[in-house]
Amino acid sequence: MDKFTTHTGTAAPLRRSNVDTDQIIPAVYLKRVTKTGFEDGLFAEWREDEKFLLNQPEYRDATILVTGTEFGTGSSREHAVWALKDYGFKAVIAPRFGDIFRGNSLKNGLLTVELPEAAVEELWLLAELHPDAEITVDLAACEVRAGDRTWGFEFDEFLRWRMMEGLDDVALTLRDEDKIAAFESNRDAWRPKTLPAAV
Amino acid sequence: MSRTPQEAEESRPRTLAEKVWDAHVVRTGGQQPDLLYIDLHLLHEVTSPQAFDGLRQAGRKVRRTDLTIATEDHNTPTDNLFTIADPTSRKQIETLRSNCEEFGVRIHSLGDAQQGVVHVVGPQLGLTQPGMTVVCGDSHTSTHGAFGSIAFGIGTSEVEHVLATQTLPQAKPKYMAVTVNGSLPEGVSAKDLILKIISITGTGGGKGHIVEYRGQAIEELSMEGRMTVCNMSIEWGAKAGLIAPDEKTAAYVKGRPHAPAGEDWDAALEYWQSLTTDEGAVFDKEIVIDAASLSPFVTWGTNPGQGVELSGSVPDPTAIDDPNERTAAANALTYMGLEAGTPMREVPVDVVFLGSCTNGRIEDLRTAADVIKGRKVAETVNMMVVPGSAKVREQAIEEGLDQVFIDAGADWRFAGCSMCLGMNPDQLTPGQRAASTSNRNFEGRQGKGGRTHLVSPAVAAATAVTGRLASPADL
Repeated sequence: MDKFTTHTGTAAPLRRSNVDTDQIIPAVYLKRVTKTGFEDGLFAEWREDEKFLLNQPEYRDATILVTGTEFGTGSSREHAVWALKDYGFKAVIAPRFGDIFRGNSLKNGLLTVELPEAAVEELWLLAELHPDAEITVDLAACEVRAGDRTWGFEFDEFLRWRMMEGLDDVALTLRDEDKIAAFESNRDAWRPKTLPAAV
Repeated sequence: MSRTPQEAEESRPRTLAEKVWDAHVVRTGGQQPDLLYIDLHLLHEVTSPQAFDGLRQAGRKVRRTDLTIATEDHNTPTDNLFTIADPTSRKQIETLRSNCEEFGVRIHSLGDAQQGVVHVVGPQLGLTQPGMTVVCGDSHTSTHGAFGSIAFGIGTSEVEHVLATQTLPQAKPKYMAVTVNGSLPEGVSAKDLILKIISITGTGGGKGHIVEYRGQAIEELSMEGRMTVCNMSIEWGAKAGLIAPDEKTAAYVKGRPHAPAGEDWDAALEYWQSLTTDEGAVFDKEIVIDAASLSPFVTWGTNPGQGVELSGSVPDPTAIDDPNERTAAANALTYMGLEAGTPMREVPVDVVFLGSCTNGRIEDLRTAADVIKGRKVAETVNMMVVPGSAKVREQAIEEGLDQVFIDAGADWRFAGCSMCLGMNPDQLTPGQRAASTSNRNFEGRQGKGGRTHLVSPAVAAATAVTGRLASPADL
């Protein structure tokens, strides 16, 4: 996973709440077996409308998505995160995220930051009035900064460390392989097994 | 019985979910989240290929092929069992097959007697049992909570993690109770109940919580009904939803292919009987609902929280106080092509979809067939019936339900996720309106530009007959 410490870029103000993962990338784009190349599926239906935010030249190079509450609810598809990353987003700011989406984002180096509604409203106004305004998302300091404004955000200490180091979860877990083996040796024998198959 | 050190230390009253959680903790404490052991890992073609690739790149194996099972469901055709016309879809199915072959994972492919929607297959094989941890790269994994297990959907990175380690790091959740007192009135189903709950909480109301559904109305539900309720836990943002196992649960599991037998059955049953919330256990939050006040419930908007009684009307966005919800409602009505104030019973539909992991089990097909028997699907309506699994389909045929649907003019299909997510060719066309027994009414979910009203199987069947949203009482 890519390390994430801090990122500065311009923002795309997406004034919508409840943007579920079907909106982020519709199911017909999930047929591929690769982990990249999903940028064409990002907000595919909305992007057909030339008035849609991301079709405006001033937001084409935005790397920070600022959006309404309950972003990324619904389907567990990690493709939603891959699509945002492939398109060029480095961070998403919203009042609240769907749990599975949030977990997926942090495993792929896409920083998702929760800020209160009022802060999101300020960032929306800023990006609407000044599309070229730079915003910094600083994971080391747990701060979002824009102009003379600074907002702190909370972030789980372990997840922050993992993200800043770009660590692979599987490798981390396998450090405790002995504990997994010990747990397995104590599991109840009657617990169901898929093999050998009984039908 | 559980033997973790945590369990031994725990003497304070605990909720059902805490007991299941504690019994699966491999590692706790320090800065890292708890590491949970996973009892059952379900796979399908859409969220697994990149995970298997990850294993290959790192030179890793599947740690426990005997706790892993795959089926083909999301992207399979339902009009035949052999030909997948779209080459990209075909490649995805073939990739799952070759990955399972390479890594030694059991798979139920198209045409196999046990193929079907992953959340229908687990319970029907008896692999889903009380007190387990169950995961799958699919958000409706919460279905398996109906057996008193902690079951939740995961992303593809986590699928890879479980394949490699049979564990998952998980931050400690909060615990919530949804207590449904009294009995559901005649004609009100599990689906109506869960749609009502989501309309109260909104799509994010359950965030971070494992929810225990309890109370008389929950106890009175069949296992199928309990699965419907737990299935939609994710639609109000809950981490998972579960229900304490009881005699019904044990009776459902007993005799299934992977159910414990003999002495194992006795040991399992003893453990299952301990899976209740202790007297005095504290939930972080509780919602109390009076079952007697409920009636058939449908959605009008573009998220599952935007619902109303079938007897009600399309709401007026200008009457909503919260500015975000007001905007969302106005956007939803535009997308749905609905006018505020229109009685829901006057909304005409073009398509009725009966199926999915929410309502594609045998009981759902029976309910709908009861309503539709001797009647005809309205000429303006296409009704599609997609059994949740090949086994459900076989059972329905044994009971003659297929003929009931066919005689009524419905389209009788093979098992799969089908129009629930509109990934295979079973899709709405732009502007088409559906009454659907599935779980999501998101924009474009069932096909680009398609409009979805979530309904129960009984309402779906009655709607197919009248051509407008209706309940059996209207016929």
